[in-house]
Amino acid sequence: MTTVASILHVLLALVLAPLLLGIVNRTKAKFAGRRGQPLLQAYYDLAKLFRKGAVYSRTTTWVFRAGPTVGLSAVIVALAIVPLGGLPGLGAFSGDVILLAYVLGLMRFMTVLAALDTGSSFEGMGASREVQFSLLAEPALLLALAALAVCAKSLSLSDIYGLLYAGEPAHVAPAAVMVAAVLLMVLLAENARIPVDDPNTHLELTMIHEVMVLDHGGVDLGFIQYGASLKLWVFSALLVGVALPLRTGQPILDLLLGVGGVFAVAVLVGVIESTMARLRLVRVPQMLVVANVLAIIAILWALR
Amino acid sequence: MSVVLLLISVGVLLSGGAACAALGTRGSANRLGAAVGVLGAIPAILGAAHALCTGQTSAFHMHWSVPFGSFRLAVDGLSAFFILIIAVICGLAAVYGAGYLKADIGRKNLGASWCFYNVLFASMLLVVTARNGMLFLLAWEFMSLASFFLVMFDHERPEVREAGWTYLVATHLGTAFLLALFVLLGWQHQTMDFERFALPADSMSAGVLFLLAVVGFGTKAGFMPMHVWLPEAHPAAPSHVSAVMSGVMIKTGIYGILRTLTFLGTPPEWWGWTLLVIGAVSGIGGVLLALAQRDLKRLLAYSSVENIGIICMALGLWLLGISTGNTTLATLGLLGGLLHIWNHAIFKSLLFLGAGAVAHGTGTRDIEQLGGLLKRMGQTGVAFLIGSAAICGLPPFNGFVSEFLLYVGALSGIAQAGRSDVAAAGMVALGALAIIGGLAVACFTKVFGIVFLGEPRSDLAAHAHEASASMRLPMAVLAGLCMLIGLLGPLVVRAVAPLTSGLFLPAAATVANSTGIDIVGLLWRISAGAALLLVLILALAIVRRRLLGGRVMEQAGTWDCGYVAPTTRMQYTASSFAWPILDMFRLLLRPRLDRRLPTGLFPQQASFESRSEDIFRRFGYAPLFGAFRSLADRLHWFQQGRNQLYVLYIAVTLLILLLWKLGAR
Repeated sequence: MTTVASILHVLLALVLAPLLLGIVNRTKAKFAGRRGQPLLQAYYDLAKLFRKGAVYSRTTTWVFRAGPTVGLSAVIVALAIVPLGGLPGLGAFSGDVILLAYVLGLMRFMTVLAALDTGSSFEGMGASREVQFSLLAEPALLLALAALAVCAKSLSLSDIYGLLYAGEPAHVAPAAVMVAAVLLMVLLAENARIPVDDPNTHLELTMIHEVMVLDHGGVDLGFIQYGASLKLWVFSALLVGVALPLRTGQPILDLLLGVGGVFAVAVLVGVIESTMARLRLVRVPQMLVVANVLAIIAILWALR
Repeated sequence: MSVVLLLISVGVLLSGGAACAALGTRGSANRLGAAVGVLGAIPAILGAAHALCTGQTSAFHMHWSVPFGSFRLAVDGLSAFFILIIAVICGLAAVYGAGYLKADIGRKNLGASWCFYNVLFASMLLVVTARNGMLFLLAWEFMSLASFFLVMFDHERPEVREAGWTYLVATHLGTAFLLALFVLLGWQHQTMDFERFALPADSMSAGVLFLLAVVGFGTKAGFMPMHVWLPEAHPAAPSHVSAVMSGVMIKTGIYGILRTLTFLGTPPEWWGWTLLVIGAVSGIGGVLLALAQRDLKRLLAYSSVENIGIICMALGLWLLGISTGNTTLATLGLLGGLLHIWNHAIFKSLLFLGAGAVAHGTGTRDIEQLGGLLKRMGQTGVAFLIGSAAICGLPPFNGFVSEFLLYVGALSGIAQAGRSDVAAAGMVALGALAIIGGLAVACFTKVFGIVFLGEPRSDLAAHAHEASASMRLPMAVLAGLCMLIGLLGPLVVRAVAPLTSGLFLPAAATVANSTGIDIVGLLWRISAGAALLLVLILALAIVRRRLLGGRVMEQAGTWDCGYVAPTTRMQYTASSFAWPILDMFRLLLRPRLDRRLPTGLFPQQASFESRSEDIFRRFGYAPLFGAFRSLADRLHWFQQGRNQLYVLYIAVTLLILLLWKLGAR
């Protein structure tokens, strides 16, 4: 039953992930007093992109064409590992958190190389910022998950999330709150969201993630956007497992709760985007250093 | 059996090397030298594989008239582990060298170069099999000198001479510590034979011996702060020699530490902490300095310091696991470290060979002059890309397998050990590995992105030519090995696992049961993940091809925000790419800035220059050796260059000795 629910999770994520972007945009529209684009806009965009041909820069090589494909494959592998609240991931094993972090690393590696392949200084700038910020986001993610590992005394993400709230709540709760804060910061940074990056900005100079994919179009851009929504799903699932302490023991119920939680995270992202200004680029590392320090404090608390 | 094959290898290499030297500048020396390197590798590989498979130790003993010396060799698991990688890398690099040096036929003494290459190969084999202190030191010295002469290949260039000198001084300072180490060991046990180096009497002397080994062997391995020679010497040598030096020669330092630890008895906790901290410092410092470089080979040399740091951290976790009785941590640390020794040897030699092909094809190693090489050097580019991904520890390549073991060790130390000191060590290792991983991605996306992608930044890069077949073949083999170990990591670990029984641990077969973590089983999961990744990539590539089939595919210029006449000089540069990160770490790196800001309403000129020098060299060694120099200058009057005076010195010395001897009576 659990395995069926885990497979269902992967399938649901593959289908529903673009909806997250719709929810974020709808939330932002409500805040701005607009009606906003349709909830399914991301699907329409994808469908359109998948029907298009391609225009490639004369500068680019096969690396540029391979980047989106490899990136999408990597994030699907991550999706196959990630647990959703009490529901274990499909391919869980001890230390799977490392594989999760590193397949996302592979996705970043290829995106950065594809950006550099265009020879554009804007894309080079975006690539440079991407590696700088991820350099701080990755330790924060690993340290935060290590804090949870201490609480659950386990090394596999699925066991960690499953057993997290089995212990004494007074002991776990403070660590969980800190970890949730860290995961939220990492989520915003890794998914190119305000206050780190603005997905809707119109000035190439100020972008990070969007500027790296300026030259992509058609099917490749579709892969990138679909991959980005799956990545948002993966990080949301990690956050939901900490922030939502409900473990029903019923796999299907866990799954439904988890999916609801992921949508709630999308709403939260929308709220943050509506109510916060973007940080200056030099401030972003400071925010991520705070995330790292908080993660270390969470470990120390959990070890106490 | 194994040791006989090893002796055959050494014999082939030494006699072949002598024959090369005899041929001198003749062109046939190039072919002969490479052939000797390959022929010498084969028996060594067979012998090492036999020893690893059977798990037997085979020894050889011969009388040797040197005082305290005896010609004792033995091939056990640990030796075989190192022999295998030395022979594979040296053999492949020899094939590459034949193509690389072809341009120098008739211009340089290739016979001498190949002679030193094969002597270096043979002496490394002897270093990891010698079982007598005198023999070990002799082989060690041969290894250092042979590599010194190889570094000096381009001795016409002043910077190469400078690098050679730095290397010669550094390696002998290191050897001085090793001499002290072996003299102390020999004095304690009244013999120089390794087999009789039993446990020392007190922990005090064991601590001293440990520190001597860390400094002496660490100099060769490139631990910070003893690493300063490495980024000088490795880039100066011809590329196949750089590959051998960075890939395997520095690993003999790790071998030395491992072997010495077997003499010193159960390690106390501070040994583990020492190695962990040195490793973390070397790892982070090495990769930061690598990121700051613009010379391709120098960058790779600093990245070797980083990877040696990772190996050193792994050994630190191993020792900490042993001293605290945590078998899980110890096993994962040791296996991860051992595997990373192989992995680093493979991808670092691959990258050095690739860098050599770039230097050969363009005539420059300056990253800022390159660009767009993937179009002109397609196969070299693919190999270099695989090496870059592997060195960043990304799946599905081999670097991920070893780093995964270390991460799991660190995580288990934090989460499951139940001891605050082990948890602290785990946190140090986890944090350091994560930061190193992020910096390595920054460093190698910079290298590959700037050198191989985009548009050529100079005429040199625009007229690059692909390397010859004999240079591409070794790169292809190494890239294949990166992939193979990435997918079949568990088999490699199973082959290496018996080694743990000689290093304070039960054999890994029983370890799996006692620690609760089935390491081989875990690694199969990693392989499954890697395979899934490859299948997905293949499937999506087919989907993409189907979707695009029959549609319009256009070519255009890169989007340039409407600017009319973009030039290749307007691309992002390597320095700009790395600058935000270097600026973030400026307190550690202390970059020198030289800026002239634009002034006035119509500014004419402005410039900005930044240089990140090695801080250990700048603030440590340079003042120290400067002080020595000024001290030595004060004694300069003593050395006038007049023969009469020197005869007088000799006469006076003799007279004083005579008087002293008479007085003593």
